[in-house]
Amino acid sequence: MKCLVTGGNVKVLGKAIHSLSRIGDEVYFQPLEDGLSLRSVNLSRSAYGCFLFAPLFFQFYEYTSCSDEDQDTNESFRCKVLMKSVLNVFRSLSSLEKTVEKCRISLNPKTSRLVIQLLCKYGVVKTHNLSFQECESLQAVFSKDVCPNVLRAPARVLVDAVVHFPVTLSEVTLAPSCGGRVIFRNYLEEETDPSKMMLTEMTLNEDEFLHFQISKESEITFCLKEFRGLLSFAESSSLPVSIHFDIAGRPVVFSLEDPVLEVHFVLATLSEQEVSGSQKLARGSCTKDDTRLPPSEAAADDFLSDDIDSYMIAMETTTVEEATANGCQPPHSPTFPLKGSGRAEGSSSILLKPGGRRKDLSMLSNNKPGSESEEEEEEPGEVPGTPPNKKFRSLFFGSVLSQRDALHHTGLSEEVLAEASDVEEES
Amino acid sequence: MRFRAKIVDVSCLSHFSRIVNTISRLAKTCTLRLADDKLYFILSDKVANGGVSMWCELQQGNFFDEFQMEGVSAEHNDIYLEFMPENLSRALKTAQNAKTVKIKLTKKHCPCLTLAVELPSLSASSRIVTHDIPVAVIPRKLWSDFREPSVPDFDVSVYLPALKTMKSVVERMKNLSNYVIIEANRNGEMNLKIETDLVSVTTHFKELGSPPWVFDDATQSSSQDRDPETMAEARVDIRKLQQFLAGQQVNPTKAICNIVSKRIVHFLLLHEDVSLQYFIPALA
Repeated sequence: MKCLVTGGNVKVLGKAIHSLSRIGDEVYFQPLEDGLSLRSVNLSRSAYGCFLFAPLFFQFYEYTSCSDEDQDTNESFRCKVLMKSVLNVFRSLSSLEKTVEKCRISLNPKTSRLVIQLLCKYGVVKTHNLSFQECESLQAVFSKDVCPNVLRAPARVLVDAVVHFPVTLSEVTLAPSCGGRVIFRNYLEEETDPSKMMLTEMTLNEDEFLHFQISKESEITFCLKEFRGLLSFAESSSLPVSIHFDIAGRPVVFSLEDPVLEVHFVLATLSEQEVSGSQKLARGSCTKDDTRLPPSEAAADDFLSDDIDSYMIAMETTTVEEATANGCQPPHSPTFPLKGSGRAEGSSSILLKPGGRRKDLSMLSNNKPGSESEEEEEEPGEVPGTPPNKKFRSLFFGSVLSQRDALHHTGLSEEVLAEASDVEEES
Repeated sequence: MRFRAKIVDVSCLSHFSRIVNTISRLAKTCTLRLADDKLYFILSDKVANGGVSMWCELQQGNFFDEFQMEGVSAEHNDIYLEFMPENLSRALKTAQNAKTVKIKLTKKHCPCLTLAVELPSLSASSRIVTHDIPVAVIPRKLWSDFREPSVPDFDVSVYLPALKTMKSVVERMKNLSNYVIIEANRNGEMNLKIETDLVSVTTHFKELGSPPWVFDDATQSSSQDRDPETMAEARVDIRKLQQFLAGQQVNPTKAICNIVSKRIVHFLLLHEDVSLQYFIPALA
């Protein structure tokens, strides 16, 4: 892949990197036939961002399949690069604007380097050779078209709305009403004492929006940091921001569209019921189990059944149980080990990552995004959590394998985008 | 208890938010006293905050277009609230171009000072931002803790040099020592001194002038028969002084420093209708 960015578009590219840097520590470069895509996902997989620059964005865009063997699969080469190193290239946006005339990016798998050249004034050329890691394609599974609620507003309006919140605030709640008003409110974590925190609420009227479609009243709570990242990009490119969302717990999709550019940010939202930790988890799974078939029977193809919540809980419990089992402790519940072991062997395609951070988020990666994400949509899972009180519902990421890969892997355990460190033994 | 007030004028709003901003840099929590004609921001000298106290007084009529309050009772027509000025300062910061700012005492999940800010928008209707600032209502029996401090029986009183100059001097001294000695005499000379094992630094200010105090009783006359050359000094926590100087957003028309030798330093800033007093106790 080779491409050349010129003029003001260099700054746009730089801004895009800046706003992706609010999300994750790595940038996924994936040249596609319809443009270059830059993506990122955060550690807990509660946020995903994707910029797709169409070939027209570039003065020159050459896309080649990575090797001869791959040509039939139409799969391109993709890689991930450390955010830090890419950010370094585009660090100063003002100098980018002032001195850089062109930016040439080339990705050659044979040389194992992603080369970003900044062609500056007076013939100065800055070449950055970045090492990369080959990786699977990163793809969040979401469909914004089925979201019942859509808002579109000029970036400026949304910037003005979030400016009232302190920089330290981590989450904001968006609550539109059918009455034609949209409220932004700071989200108070449960552990904070309401008599200590200032509550801020911002109301925007329907007429400030370019598009206002609320068919299902709901309140969603999402991270402000990533949203601010998107907004700063949107503001600089003066594109309107579309917000697609459903009920609390489902991901919210922010998107910008332009003939040469497409941006999607998918952020997890907090689920409504806030439950504190393991107690609820245990209770939840127990009640589920009571109503089900004996675990031995249910375990076999549980994966395909739509009761994904208890499945995820079982997975979570497995690790816990295993840990205790290693310590020669008798399992306290007969259902868990049975279920856990049965499933862990049977379908290792789903790996659950119990969020190591206070926001508990389940991450599933699989190569059948369609089926599973549907399941998820039908019955969003109660994500098991240990200490945290608040939880983001899961976002699903499919690692979309090429057909060839898929053939290879049929029957085997599927590729996992990122593995949960504490369930490694099982995969 | 009831309170509601409204600011419409932009310059009043920015003046008010500058004052609140100053207060928020001086105190993490403070007491707001609402009276019929005045507002007071009070920090009483608790040992926990280093014995520093503050008294800031403003005429409500100079800021608010509407000001209604109903105190605890007719004879005690006051409201005392404890709150974090930082919150109010933050709320006012994003209200700079507001059409109106309304401040109300409300009962939500807890007693709150609610700021309703009406901001202009791109469309016909305006945007409304509300901030609920949690407050604690101070019961009447504790009101006596928040009485206006009297001007101490000082040994020396001088006008302060430009606060900015003082600030930059103190900021540099802060890197060398934790304490600063403020000394002044009746000739209008003031010195800022630090003394450590390694270095002694003194900054001299001259011809500052002495404010003409009028005393109505004989007890407050110790400064009158003092030798004009003799310095009165107080050793204070340099961070407290620096905090006070750094917080100043309004350039006061009069800035006075009163020193009670080895006991307390009293700063008095006057700016039009606002007065701010700040007391820093001397350390041994």
